[in-house]
Amino acid sequence: MSWILILEQSLNGLQFGLVLFLLAAGLTLVFGIMDMINLAHGSLYMLGAFLASTFVQLTGSFLAGVLLAIPATAVLGMLLEVSILRTLYTRDHLSQVLATFALILIINELVRLVWGSDAALPMPAALSGPVELLPGLRYPAYRLVIIGVGLAVALILYLLVTKTRVGMLVRAGASNREMALAMGVDIKLLFTLVFGAGAALCALAGSMLAPLLAVQVGMGENILILAFVVIVIGGIGSIRGALVGAVLVGVVDTIGRAFLPILLGAFFQPRVASAAGPALASVMIYLIMAVVLYFRPQGLFPARG
Amino acid sequence: MRKALFTILLLIAFPLAMQWLGYLFYVSFASRVMIYAIAATSLNLVLGYGGMLSFGHAAFVGAGAYVASILVAEGVASAWIGWPAAVAASAALAWVIGAISLRTRGVYFIMITLAFAQMMFYLVNSMKAYGGDEGLTLPRRAELGLGLDLGNEVVFYYVVLFVLLAALYALHRVVHSRFGRVLIAIRENEARVEALGVPVYRYQLLCFVIAGAAGGLAGALLASHGKYVNPNVLHWLQSGTLMIMVILGGVGHLWGGVIGAAVLLGLEHVIADYPLPWLAQVAPNYPQHASLGVGIVLLVIVLFAPQGIAGLVSRKRHA
Amino acid sequence: MLELRNVTKRFGGVVATDDVALEVAQGEVHALIGPNGAGKTTLIGQISGSLRTDLGTIRFMEKEVTALRQHERVGLGLARSYQITSIFKRFTVLENLALAVQARSGSSFSFWRPVAAEAALFDEARMVSREIGLAGRLEVTAGNLAHGEQRALEVGLALATRPRLVLLDEPMAGMGPEESLRMIALIERIRSGVTVLLVEHDMDAVFRLADRITVLVNGRVIATGRPEAIRADPQVRRAYLGDELAA
Repeated sequence: MSWILILEQSLNGLQFGLVLFLLAAGLTLVFGIMDMINLAHGSLYMLGAFLASTFVQLTGSFLAGVLLAIPATAVLGMLLEVSILRTLYTRDHLSQVLATFALILIINELVRLVWGSDAALPMPAALSGPVELLPGLRYPAYRLVIIGVGLAVALILYLLVTKTRVGMLVRAGASNREMALAMGVDIKLLFTLVFGAGAALCALAGSMLAPLLAVQVGMGENILILAFVVIVIGGIGSIRGALVGAVLVGVVDTIGRAFLPILLGAFFQPRVASAAGPALASVMIYLIMAVVLYFRPQGLFPARG
Repeated sequence: MRKALFTILLLIAFPLAMQWLGYLFYVSFASRVMIYAIAATSLNLVLGYGGMLSFGHAAFVGAGAYVASILVAEGVASAWIGWPAAVAASAALAWVIGAISLRTRGVYFIMITLAFAQMMFYLVNSMKAYGGDEGLTLPRRAELGLGLDLGNEVVFYYVVLFVLLAALYALHRVVHSRFGRVLIAIRENEARVEALGVPVYRYQLLCFVIAGAAGGLAGALLASHGKYVNPNVLHWLQSGTLMIMVILGGVGHLWGGVIGAAVLLGLEHVIADYPLPWLAQVAPNYPQHASLGVGIVLLVIVLFAPQGIAGLVSRKRHA
Repeated sequence: MLELRNVTKRFGGVVATDDVALEVAQGEVHALIGPNGAGKTTLIGQISGSLRTDLGTIRFMEKEVTALRQHERVGLGLARSYQITSIFKRFTVLENLALAVQARSGSSFSFWRPVAAEAALFDEARMVSREIGLAGRLEVTAGNLAHGEQRALEVGLALATRPRLVLLDEPMAGMGPEESLRMIALIERIRSGVTVLLVEHDMDAVFRLADRITVLVNGRVIATGRPEAIRADPQVRRAYLGDELAA
């Protein structure tokens, strides 16, 4: 267990965490401001990846493909919001859960009809090599780019939310919707824009992760749960909470998977360690969530009250 | 009441008719529908009557299925051991998950139950000793003794029917009991119930555990029925399917789970096995995209008929 | 019967109740008045147990209840009604009251026996309905009641738990003159059986009903005493009553 390995896995954890943050940020705002449970958030992530794969094939450029997929997904997201999701804001949570679950089924099948069960989005050649960060530590360039983009987006979001007027409206809406309404905010437009922004972030996450994971129908659901765990830990409505939660979840999950089996192997028989290791690793995140919620049922940085 | 009696008589007569007609497959299919009906009814208790949006109910069904299966796989074939063990295991799991989850409210509660269910899914998925992600095949169904051969489809059907009717009757009694009234009041206005001096948390937890235990029983029956269990039984999409059944059939209606399971599984079967030529011309592989239809139906119901089928029926009666 | 000392509650930077001392004697109707935002509902919340006090102690019937949860305090005989009607809209009036009676009468961990068979519960519920003047409306769904009737039911729910002290939070909120008179009569009817802490804006009602009055402004108690003394108190007139009484 060398330091190089630990550093590498930590960077992987950071990278995964930042991608989770992109998903969680949009999700936490939609919850916080519109008080709406949107299970179809993962579907936007999937759409982003599929659209990116098509655009990359059309333009021949990875960058162009991703840059086109982002607004395209944002537009699709806003259309969805205006047509169907808007009617759910005033409905109870059960209706929202079921309706957005229905959307997952519908969008999954529509994607299957248009693209088939999966698509290809290969890593751009320019970034496929490793970069020597420290002597002995060679880390894939592509993952470094993801980390960079993730940090940049976090910074931009932070500036947007804390320094601009729109950001202030968003924060006001997250902590007290009635007050925001009373202040005369055009709530419908704000909601649509927030939703579109969330969709854009999903698309960015989806298209960036696509070369590393597979682009397939159902990819949204798997990562959606993690995004929910992130915002539950971080506190609904809080971007800061989303960032802290996401990095925490990303790092714990990655390091857990990498080192728990080894750690267990030091204390238990190899048979036990090899069976219990992966099981415990998958469960780590949920244990952390349970612990956080036990002490702070509103999450670490709740936006309200 | 008369409608219920009529339905029960129909259910009793069904397998005999099928046997006489030679369509034994439908008896097995009906058993499967009724098992899902039991699972959906158990969810209806916690969701429809209790108002708790548990999105992880599949964890309890799955726990029951796995405990029952593991016992059979290890040579303990008696259902008298296996099924109570399944119920006890799911109840214990529901106690733990409920105790933590019920400390939260609203969105958090939904997400936590979802997350815990996924946690169980991953746990079970990694149990290589019992099949891991490939699942566990059983050599036989559980044994009930008493001269009843559960391997016989008709016998199995009647056993499942008995359990379903017992579950429905129990639900009926519970709903009208003191416990049921408190539960429904909590669903209507939780803060006020607490303000009346009722420790709400305890009632919600107990409801959660009862529902989990009943789900576990359904799981045990499911494992015996197919002689196979795999981690997908615990996946959150399964929890979603159960929720679809409940809302389709009618949230908070006694027969809601039954109607929902029957309609959903029935539709699935019809779409898969009875091709519509005109639809096939437009979309050649349409049975593979059955989920699209399910999704659209679900969306329509949520948006326009949230009371489900039972709700529509009772509204027509009152109108 | 009820004794508050140094009760303080902060929300972020705002001090909602500031070092409040209050005492309610057994059998009296004690009114709590003050301008909007004075902290009256926050204080009621802390007394009933739905809010945790940051500082201070609350004693009820000689017992220290500051750390007790809301449902535990109800068990000791402390009930409240809400300023914003919080009834069971889909239940009938009878079902509403029966539930409250059921909540008080022992455990509800009974799963088999139908509640409908428990005649005693419903008899008691009918009795309460007579006290609150809704005896003729038992089968009406609560959501379909007139506003004044809903407010009466609101009080009824608290009364059905047979409390020793009932906290009435603006029972006359949103009522016209006729409905207010009925509510005043209701409180007159119940005062012989239960001690009342009444939060109200309707000064007519307050001066008719109250044995003693406490005035809360910006979270602090500025005066407490008999109605005549309060009416004459210059601080109170300046802070709250002034214009209302001059008119």
